[in-house]
Amino acid sequence: MAHRPFASAPYVVGKGAPALAPTHIPAEESLCPVVSHDWINSEYKHLVVDASPKALAVKPGQFFNLLCPSPDAAELWLRRPQSVYRIDRENRRIEFLYKCVGRGTFGLATLEPGDELNMVGPLGVGFAIDRRWKHIVVLGRGVGLATLAPISQLAGECGIGVTAILSARSAEFVMADDLFGKVGDVIAVLDSDATSAVEHVEAILKRLIAQRQADAFYTCGSNRLLQLMKRLGKAHGIPGQVAMEQVMACGLGPCYVCVRTFEVDGKKELRRVCIDGPVFDLQEAVGW
Amino acid sequence: MVDMSVKIGSVTLQNPIMPASGCFSTDLAQVIDLNRLGALVAKTVSREFRAGNPPPRVSEVEGGMINSIGLPTKGIEYFLSHQVPDYKRFSPPLVGSISATTIEDFEAMARDVSTSAIDVLEVNISCPTRDPKGGNFALHEEHTFNVMRRIRQTTDKPIWCKLSPNAGDVVAIAKSAELAGADALVVSNTILGLKIDINTFRPAIGNKFGGLSGPGIKPIIVRMVYQCAKAVKIPIIGCGGIVKLEDVIEYMLAGASAVMIGYLIFRNPSGIIAIIDGLQEWCAKRGFARVADLTGAMIDEAPRETYAAAAAPIG
Repeated sequence: MAHRPFASAPYVVGKGAPALAPTHIPAEESLCPVVSHDWINSEYKHLVVDASPKALAVKPGQFFNLLCPSPDAAELWLRRPQSVYRIDRENRRIEFLYKCVGRGTFGLATLEPGDELNMVGPLGVGFAIDRRWKHIVVLGRGVGLATLAPISQLAGECGIGVTAILSARSAEFVMADDLFGKVGDVIAVLDSDATSAVEHVEAILKRLIAQRQADAFYTCGSNRLLQLMKRLGKAHGIPGQVAMEQVMACGLGPCYVCVRTFEVDGKKELRRVCIDGPVFDLQEAVGW
Repeated sequence: MVDMSVKIGSVTLQNPIMPASGCFSTDLAQVIDLNRLGALVAKTVSREFRAGNPPPRVSEVEGGMINSIGLPTKGIEYFLSHQVPDYKRFSPPLVGSISATTIEDFEAMARDVSTSAIDVLEVNISCPTRDPKGGNFALHEEHTFNVMRRIRQTTDKPIWCKLSPNAGDVVAIAKSAELAGADALVVSNTILGLKIDINTFRPAIGNKFGGLSGPGIKPIIVRMVYQCAKAVKIPIIGCGGIVKLEDVIEYMLAGASAVMIGYLIFRNPSGIIAIIDGLQEWCAKRGFARVADLTGAMIDEAPRETYAAAAAPIG
């Protein structure tokens, strides 16, 4: 056999072309060298990796299923899904911004520049944007901020304005400021000064609606904020999308682990976050 | 050139590597070429729609994972009208998998599914999470015999019976399935387990009990494959905790004619293809012209006398 017509091992970034991986297979398992990996604050790390060509085709809102190193003497046995924070096509890099909360993310946090990260992806359905829109509103909280961040890239490429309302416990945790600030307005709402209260956020959204700066809503990271956007979106006929999370196993569809409840015309149904989402229609989501 | 094909009764597979039911769908075409597989194995279908069990449906444990998905399905009509044609876009034989709660419904399911283009009918009498207490047909010889007999009388398709490692005497169940007319045995489904979250003091998965899978269970299932292979003449398909080439060889040496892979698809989706390539290379290097020659090739001598063994040169 002169060559293997099919990829049978992970694509190793920086080690040449894969063994003629068929182009109709859109995702792959790849080994990606870590370029940098820094703490942003006391809880969040920013991870930058060199990415494979298939990985670089990732769209905002899509995710990778990461094989994290173990943080302790035991092993990690399942991958951890992680949405992309930033896509740097020029330098062929993908960036993640994640909160250290469990064994998976604490394990991920041990990676150092030069280490390899095993990623499967890109996976799932990303954010959609309508080029006829003039101005959109992004509302995120906590870990949801990282997932929503690439919308600013997408909106910027389409010449669409963005108002990003970023909800966090305190100023330290409003991290996506730089990224959103490049293409639009950033409004930070905080628990520390009580500006994150739903009534206050509602007033901001209503003002944006009145100013015709809300052609579409995007949200992630909070059930309260999802319900708020759903209510206002319905009342004012504003389309919206929500990025969901759920405990995941395969990340590819078959295992049916990562289901969430959705409702269409009064009928409830389960959908898989990994392949039916992670981005869903705002009005069809029942709870974040 | 190594002959990688294996025969499971009347069915010839291009190689002995298959995905395990419940861990596979055509969605895997996102990352691997499905035409490389020995067979395509569909997720278990029931007659009616089933939403499945409450999340969380999976949790990590040492050596693998514990799951309780609860056989969600869109029902047999959707399977026949949409899923079978979808699988048939690919070339390997299609193994359909059915489940039911009564013998009568199993029989009717077998009859209805057999009208489709499936090549093999896997009879899932062993799902540990369908019944909240983990009960199923495969825990009892008589139930296994009765359901497999009725299905044998109903269909001409090859029938593979998926056994449960939770049965007290798996070998007796294996013999019942063979006597009833099964064409092959799949050994086996997952091991019923419980994981408790010590932060919440609650079970880690929504349905309380779950099926344990992953490399931690492999020696148990290899032992069961060996025991079943000694007791029955029909082919055995080994299934449990395969994560690398060596595991496949071990299962075949124990008596398996082919294997099914589940957990590895979650951990390293490209691994199942790497194993097919690796098995061919390994056979060539070791001088096996046919991969089928590995089946049951474990050297099976009586244990040596203790003092003699303890005095023998090491390595």
